[in-house]
Amino acid sequence: MRRNIPLAVTFVVGMLLIVSVFLPPIETIGEDFGVFFSIIAVFAFFLGGGNLIKVHFGKIMKKSNDWEFSLVTVVGFFAMLIIGLFKIGAPGDISTSVTAEGSYFQEMFVYLINPLQSTMYALLAFFVASASYRAFRAKNREATILLVAAFIILLGRTPLGMMLTGWIPESFSIFQVPNLAVWIMNSPNLAGQRAIMIGISLGVVAMSLRLILGIERTYLGGDDKG
Amino acid sequence: MSLILARKEKRSSMDIGMFFAALLTLGIFSFLYKDNPVYKVCEAIFVGVSAGFWAITYFFDNIHKKFWLGVFPQEGDSPDYWLWGGAILGFLMLLRISNKIGWIARWPLSFIVGATAGLYMMLYFVSNALNQVADTMMPIVAYASDNSVLWLDTFGNFIVVLGVVTGLIYFFFSKEHKGLFGTGAQVGTWFLMITFGASFGYTVMSRMSLLIGRLDFLFGDWLGLF
Repeated sequence: MRRNIPLAVTFVVGMLLIVSVFLPPIETIGEDFGVFFSIIAVFAFFLGGGNLIKVHFGKIMKKSNDWEFSLVTVVGFFAMLIIGLFKIGAPGDISTSVTAEGSYFQEMFVYLINPLQSTMYALLAFFVASASYRAFRAKNREATILLVAAFIILLGRTPLGMMLTGWIPESFSIFQVPNLAVWIMNSPNLAGQRAIMIGISLGVVAMSLRLILGIERTYLGGDDKG
Repeated sequence: MSLILARKEKRSSMDIGMFFAALLTLGIFSFLYKDNPVYKVCEAIFVGVSAGFWAITYFFDNIHKKFWLGVFPQEGDSPDYWLWGGAILGFLMLLRISNKIGWIARWPLSFIVGATAGLYMMLYFVSNALNQVADTMMPIVAYASDNSVLWLDTFGNFIVVLGVVTGLIYFFFSKEHKGLFGTGAQVGTWFLMITFGASFGYTVMSRMSLLIGRLDFLFGDWLGLF
């Protein structure tokens, strides 16, 4: 019950989806399962949200280190839930979309989540600069190739690239940095991308087969009772 | 008069929102100095509000729109009872919180694993393996409409084929990378380095553009300096 049924479910569902590619009458089963998938994902997300609250409530109750920040997290979570569920500030009646223009839910997204998210990613610019310093030291042949490729792409995508190499005559225009950047993207970069994509896809096929055939069972956890 | 008041109200709500957005932006940037309580508050707000935002968005998009309106449709449409399958599996997922029957949550999990394996196996095999191999099997010599050889395109095609073949040699670990095979693998790593360099260059550029966006928000939208 604990292991055999899940293994059977994985096998049947996986095989059904593979077979559906070759059998037109059931070819839409992938879309149907996709809807199942999104419904299950919501319940899984509820579990995750519940776990978040459990962990932070625990910290608040025990007054552990930094419990004040946990309080902020919990307040933020519930504020968003209440504003979203009751559609506070949304124009019209309850049937209006929760993300309608002017709703507090939408405003929270625009003025809280959006700036926080983009600033978090923008912050990475400074850490990327520090990483560049380490990566851009040409210690060996491979590091030098990486350095040159990244440098040409960076220069080629900015006006500086054209300013520096715009004087090169038209007959040698491939050596103008913007054109060189395009060539790198379309030839050697494409080749590397393809090799990686083919490698990944073969890995996905092998791993999928292992899962469907029940060879790979780690997702079931450590309990071995049948 | 009412229109002017409404505009004023809208403007002041925008100003408050903008003020909070600017505070949060500065709070996140304060991490550049060192880890500090202001940054931690912003981080805690981000975690809580984002979790609430996605819980509500998933709830309305999937449970309400896909499940509820599918099972209890508006007048004229026939109900889709098949969706109950997804809801039941989702409910079984919630049983994970029980110590006694938590193992039942493996059933929806195995459904997700099986469906993902079956779907992605075919998808990756077709789009990432077969299509990429087919696109690489091309005539290397490129001709213009007047039958003259396009040397640059021909060289580019040669580089693509060489890069894909040597890149795949590098990923082939069943044979030791020695002799001619080892040389192929070595050339493959150079192509992979170019790919990583190009990706790195693009990552740097995207983070920089986000940083410029945040600075533009602070000095332009908020302070109105430009």
